[in-house]
Amino acid sequence: MNRYPLWKYIVIAVSILLGLLYTLPNFFGESPAVQISPLRTDARTDAALLQRLEQVLNQQNLPYSGTILEATGIKIRFADTDTQIKAKDILSSEVGSDYVVALNLLPNSPQWMRHIGALPMYLGLDLRGGVHFMLQVDMEGALTKSLDRFSADLRSTLREQRIPSAGIERDRSKIVIRFRDEQAREKAITEFGKAFEDLAFQSGDAGGEARLTISIKPEALVRMQNTAVQRNITTLRNRVNELGVAEPIIQQAGADRVIVQLPGVQDTAKAKDILGRTATLEVRMVDEEGDIDAALRGSVPPGTELFTERGGGPLLVKKQILLTGDRITDAQPGFDQDHQPAVHLTLDNNGSRIFKQLTRNNVGKRMAILLVEKNLTEVVTAPVIREEIGGGRVQISGKMSSIEARDVALLLRAGALAAPMEIVEERTIGPSLGAENISKGFNSTLFGFLAVATFIMAYYSAIGVISVVALAVNLLFLIGLLSILQATLTLPGMAGMALTVGMAIDANVLINERIRDEIRHGASPQAAIHAGYERAWDAIIDTNLTTLLAGLGLMIFGSGPIKGFAIVLCLGILTTLFSAVTVSRAMVNLLYGNRKLARVPIGTIKMPKKSNHKY
Amino acid sequence: MDFFRFERDIPFTRWGKLSMTFSLIISILAIYSLVTKGLNLAVDFTGGTVMEISYQQPADLNKTRKILADIGMPDAIVQNFGTSRDVMIRLPAKAEHTGGNLSEAVIAALKKDDPSVEMRRVEFVGPQVGDELLENGLLAMLFVSMGIVAYLAFRFEWKFGVSCIVANLHDVLIILGCFSFFQWEFDLTVLAAVLAILGYSVNESVVISDRVRENFRKLRKADVTRVINNAITETMSRTIITHGSTQLVVVSMLLFGGEALHNFALALTIGILFGIYSSIMIASPILILLGAKREDLVKIERKPQEEAVP
Repeated sequence: MNRYPLWKYIVIAVSILLGLLYTLPNFFGESPAVQISPLRTDARTDAALLQRLEQVLNQQNLPYSGTILEATGIKIRFADTDTQIKAKDILSSEVGSDYVVALNLLPNSPQWMRHIGALPMYLGLDLRGGVHFMLQVDMEGALTKSLDRFSADLRSTLREQRIPSAGIERDRSKIVIRFRDEQAREKAITEFGKAFEDLAFQSGDAGGEARLTISIKPEALVRMQNTAVQRNITTLRNRVNELGVAEPIIQQAGADRVIVQLPGVQDTAKAKDILGRTATLEVRMVDEEGDIDAALRGSVPPGTELFTERGGGPLLVKKQILLTGDRITDAQPGFDQDHQPAVHLTLDNNGSRIFKQLTRNNVGKRMAILLVEKNLTEVVTAPVIREEIGGGRVQISGKMSSIEARDVALLLRAGALAAPMEIVEERTIGPSLGAENISKGFNSTLFGFLAVATFIMAYYSAIGVISVVALAVNLLFLIGLLSILQATLTLPGMAGMALTVGMAIDANVLINERIRDEIRHGASPQAAIHAGYERAWDAIIDTNLTTLLAGLGLMIFGSGPIKGFAIVLCLGILTTLFSAVTVSRAMVNLLYGNRKLARVPIGTIKMPKKSNHKY
Repeated sequence: MDFFRFERDIPFTRWGKLSMTFSLIISILAIYSLVTKGLNLAVDFTGGTVMEISYQQPADLNKTRKILADIGMPDAIVQNFGTSRDVMIRLPAKAEHTGGNLSEAVIAALKKDDPSVEMRRVEFVGPQVGDELLENGLLAMLFVSMGIVAYLAFRFEWKFGVSCIVANLHDVLIILGCFSFFQWEFDLTVLAAVLAILGYSVNESVVISDRVRENFRKLRKADVTRVINNAITETMSRTIITHGSTQLVVVSMLLFGGEALHNFALALTIGILFGIYSSIMIASPILILLGAKREDLVKIERKPQEEAVP
């Protein structure tokens, strides 16, 4: 009765082999590498580029131990981090700004393993070092921004249609337009209705004035919020690319949050600076009629704001925004005709058209180019428009250094954020701490396993050895499964692994105790084994399902570190059910099933002097 | 090897009054400590910044405090952490320091004084995130508790579910009480440990309940108390060996896991020890108190038997 059909043995053998195969890559370690990936669609990584890079490395006497050419990029492996860092500098100056050159770690596992998808687990930030940010999108800010844009559009519609109005103002989440008469209002509503699908209009009179209150429709609001988050993610991705990070993770978390993980980043200040900056460009007109002296005394004329030009005096700038940074397709640092540092901008079609019209209508007047960085607005330059500028090529040259020009270009190129963002969570782990955490997690699991193994083998003798082998197979399955799923291993995940070892043995203890019980009650060895496995099954299922329930609770409600722990815990329960019951049973059947047993090798059992069960 | 062989069933239920009184007292003490002292919540829940830095030589904490006070952070908590060279700095959440720029200012100031200082870890949690984590933690606890009651009610009977969850929540209360009384830091990993215990401790009650059901079928003439005592005694060795094994791993975590896993392992230890106690000494008296009967569990099986034996 303790025999398994052949197919069961085969299934078990195959799964152990697979477990072994997929666990192995984790033990090859990683070597430093430089990764070159294209930043623009027209830049390609091909064999020609690889050859060029290899030549450069050979010329510089930088030995490399291997190259990988993929559609997404080129990876070059080095023996040590010193060579890696030197090579990164040389390679990034070689390929220029069309590519991202980043430091990375590559698994050392053999090629054929990688081909069958046997890859090591991805190490979490707490194990490899790096930065984790959670950013929250300021939705109110996004709303204000889009309302401002809507007011500008509404104003130009009124002008185009020659509808007289007495003023247009933003009042918190609404725009209020005052009209001279109702006729004008009616006409405006019809015209607006054609052009602005996302707006809701409500007429009302106050103080004998015809007013129109305009708000954004709720469904449009939701859509705008989603787009704001999506656009911010795109912007962040561009910025991270500029930073040169291999394998960054940028993803949405909840309705208005974004998670950014930069493994291996050590200069956190720079990362934070680039990510946190919400620079955008605004083009507005300078109000030259306004009274500057009065403004300096505190009475700024309505519809204008007071700013100081970089390296110049104060000036009044109209509030109306004519053009924003999202029309910029490219920004490069350079020099102007007078050899002063400058930023060269390229605008998109729409932007070019607006800019052309703007400059045509305002020849001889001053326009202001403002750089808006998180609550800080600065007039970079306020040149006089000499002629119409077409073609979408604009040059900003204020009083800036070449480093400033480079930074401004980088920020503008990386794009403006659709809405301001704020860092609400940060976790930075230094690289040395990461390495320590790996060994701590590994040692906890290893010594925990050894302690349990020693005890169980001493207590249950041969059957105990089988239980321990099943436990080892369990760990193998767990690591193999995590590797196949390409799960991210974290320190809490390793704790989960250790805990799985401690809890998985429960199933085998239940079985072994049952077998002992059956023997005490006088069952024959084979019957005792059979009944032990059969009767323990109910309890094993119940105990594991309740623990699984707790694991699921952690997975659903937990965040970050807790989730990692919960995933390992849940997977561990699944592998336990298979290995502790099926694998250990297979071993028992194979070793003891086909022969007569005088006794079950399950350690010495104290037999009862008299039976307990004479009720 | 065989540690356990009891010739007679141990009359656990007879000590029910004693154990219930004991548990009631420590539960009240735990609640008292939680109410008066509260939990020493980590930055995960309160919001704020924690930094771990390490010096080449033993750190001069007073100097570090002074540097922090000079840059406008006199309320920073500076303490040694692990070794004398490692320092942990805690900064409360401040409105004017949105985002992570606080840690940059601190590390810059410390580097100016001693360039060899190394930044090991920074954790910044905004207050809004902290509140959410706490809320989610409580939700998870509720979800898991209700799930366990529902599962046990379905698998056994509602009385088993209730007695089991009372015993479990008692364990959780003791863990929280200990963390409050000793003012150990309660962070996300401890919360994970508490929830893991909630799931793990149930195992005990499940195994015992399983035996109780089996005994109700097997020992047809025995009364409820006897059935329960026998079930506990029979599963005793499994209880001790399993928990012993789990505890071995947890001890290994305490020894080798470092600071990051220390409180996690501590919470597990308390949970495991009280888990054994409560599932034996608390769950069964409650089960009897609730009036568990043979009919509760062997209802379904009785019918065919009646037909078979006319």
